[in-house]
Amino acid sequence: MAAKKTVSLGKEISKGLILENPVLRLILGTCPTLAVTTSVKNGLGMGIAATFVLLGSNLVISLLRRVIPDKVRIPAFITVIAGFVTIIQLLMEALVPSLNESLGIFIPLITVNCIILARAEMFPSKHAVLPSLAEGLGMGAGYTAALILMGTIREIIGNGTFFDLGIPGLQAGGYIEPMLIMILPPGGFFVFGILIALANKLSDKAGKETQEDDTICAGAISDQTACLLCGGCSFGRSGVQNQLQADEGVRRMAGKAKPDKSGDGGDNA
Amino acid sequence: MKEMLIILFSAILVDNFVLSKFLGICPFLGVSKNLKTAMGMSMAVIFVMVLATAITWPVFYLLLAPYDLGYLQTVIFILVIAALVQLIETFLKKALPPLYQALGIYLPLITTNCAILGVAILNIDQAYGFGESMINSLGAGLGFMLALFLFSGVRSKVDHADVPRFFKGLPITLVSAALVSIAFFGFKGLIENLFS
Repeated sequence: MAAKKTVSLGKEISKGLILENPVLRLILGTCPTLAVTTSVKNGLGMGIAATFVLLGSNLVISLLRRVIPDKVRIPAFITVIAGFVTIIQLLMEALVPSLNESLGIFIPLITVNCIILARAEMFPSKHAVLPSLAEGLGMGAGYTAALILMGTIREIIGNGTFFDLGIPGLQAGGYIEPMLIMILPPGGFFVFGILIALANKLSDKAGKETQEDDTICAGAISDQTACLLCGGCSFGRSGVQNQLQADEGVRRMAGKAKPDKSGDGGDNA
Repeated sequence: MKEMLIILFSAILVDNFVLSKFLGICPFLGVSKNLKTAMGMSMAVIFVMVLATAITWPVFYLLLAPYDLGYLQTVIFILVIAALVQLIETFLKKALPPLYQALGIYLPLITTNCAILGVAILNIDQAYGFGESMINSLGAGLGFMLALFLFSGVRSKVDHADVPRFFKGLPITLVSAALVSIAFFGFKGLIENLFS
């Protein structure tokens, strides 16, 4: 952590985009990733909404990092995040009602999106305002990029359109019929699986220098944070040798969960 | 009665929370590795889902709606759920130690499970009455359990299969989840015929 404090703002932004892409590398926030990427537009909308919440909550949490007592930090973070989610919810309802309609329940559910809570725990609660904003921006951009990528693949194959514009030859009656299954739930699981495999392969080629600390899971999490089981940790960054880490994670969580209750039970919330 | 059954079964099978609504994917991927943890987690989820609905529904209709505070829904619900989980945990530890042993370690993980907040919000969105909301939550929880139960079986096979190196772990899990999800399409149209 100490080394990170000197890291440049630019690097904080760019790491979220590729090396620590929250979706493809850290595997955080899987639910909305799978659910809303039926089209590029939805993916983009969701990405922007999440980025807004990420920036806002990173800013506020970083400002309050010396004020929030350690024991109630998770509830405090959740409240801050929920506040920003409410703001974006009202904004979207007023400005882009149709998008709001199609994202539906996943807008309020940004509150429990692990990307935001996990990052709040990892970064802004320990860093000054500017780096926190930069890293929020990077994470948000990485999230948006991944959502757009998935949305593009699913929309083109599943619907024969890109951003609602028809692609000649891919429409019904063209060379290739749209494969409806891709915009249905199974397509989401499938495309996501393929993309992660691809990301594993590419990062493997680029060398192992992305390996970090000895934390169980780089995407999240101290022992107490509830996000531990958010997939992020059970699989972690390099998909291949993580079986042990996952078991270790569950064990540590289990061991931790019991003695903790008396002292800082509030953390688990 | 018929409506109740329809709500219950469509929540379990057709609109399965995990496989067709994409809620609670994280625990679905995280704890489906073996049957025992999967069942423990599902029991905890059902338990908290039903209790959370029993509290958030009255909170919304008795506190928020009359005073035009509907926009506070997200903030209030997540705080209620967080507090509830904490309470349940403390209560179980004191009053029902065996149950605490069984569910204890899963409870802290549940606050950030989007299925819980999701079901609370969906019940309001769908304008369900109290009884319907409770049935819907129960169905959602049972559906979660069913998905986890089936999938932990699939995974125990997949984990021993010889898949390409980059597919090991999460990618192959997701691809098999896609197949299980296709299987659940078989239930589409079942409900209308079942009770007609």
